[in-house]
Amino acid sequence: MVAVTIGIVRLRNLFAVVMLGGIYSFLMATILYVLDAVDVSMTEAAVGAGISTVLLLATLAVTKVREAAPIHPPALPLAVALVTGAALIYASVDMPPFGDPLGPGHQHVAPEYIARVLPETHIPNAVTSVLASYRGYDTLGETTVIFTAGIGVLALLVGRRRPRRSDGASGGGNA
Amino acid sequence: MEVLANINQWVTIFLMVAGLYIVVARGNMVKKLIGLGVFQTSVYLLYISPGKIIGGTAPIISPDFTVYSNPLPHVLILTAIVVGVATLAVGLALVVRINEAYDSIEEDEIYAQEHDA
Repeated sequence: MVAVTIGIVRLRNLFAVVMLGGIYSFLMATILYVLDAVDVSMTEAAVGAGISTVLLLATLAVTKVREAAPIHPPALPLAVALVTGAALIYASVDMPPFGDPLGPGHQHVAPEYIARVLPETHIPNAVTSVLASYRGYDTLGETTVIFTAGIGVLALLVGRRRPRRSDGASGGGNA
Repeated sequence: MEVLANINQWVTIFLMVAGLYIVVARGNMVKKLIGLGVFQTSVYLLYISPGKIIGGTAPIISPDFTVYSNPLPHVLILTAIVVGVATLAVGLALVVRINEAYDSIEEDEIYAQEHDA
């Protein structure tokens, strides 16, 4: 995964970068599966490796495939990134250890949800029931976001002066 | 084992820094959007990995198991993934329009064109 990320940073052929992005998404989906997040893993595999790759390739088909060589020296962005990384690593020392069932995140509402999901919603999958029942309005808002994004993509791409291959107009159907 | 107690955070931080570097350092807009995607996936890890309990299982209630990982980050990240692809679609549509207007997707070339004109 680290190697794929470095490849994404270094390579300038954008086709290769998009392909590496697909590999990266599948690796991420595998990691999420190992972390017991099966729903998120399936979504990441379908959306990250599938739809994102298709959208990126469709964009590359109507734009340029080669990335220009950078003209600015990379020192300043590298310094910004490394300082941010160092600050985050310093902060991570205070986080609870990985996989600890006594971590503060596992003490408040999570056991409550897990205990109440089956009696209240009759859906055994806790993720589904929280998403669709307890937090249904969030999901409604999310579909609103998708709808707005679809309208935005259509507004940007329909009625172009030089009509070429249409791209991304399927953005509204991504959910 | 004590040293590796926060290994999940470090992987997250590495990906986050890599994504940040791509977004800041690269002038190519498609590359920038890919970097934004890397940053986004690092946030998925940031949320999901503390929800894991070693010895637990996926949060699908079953009489065979008693320990489940935390379902709430999963719900949040499901929403985040879908919103992420929506923003990606809008960003790529903008890139297509910029390419039509300037015949370039490099920030530096567009900047030069603006200042020559």
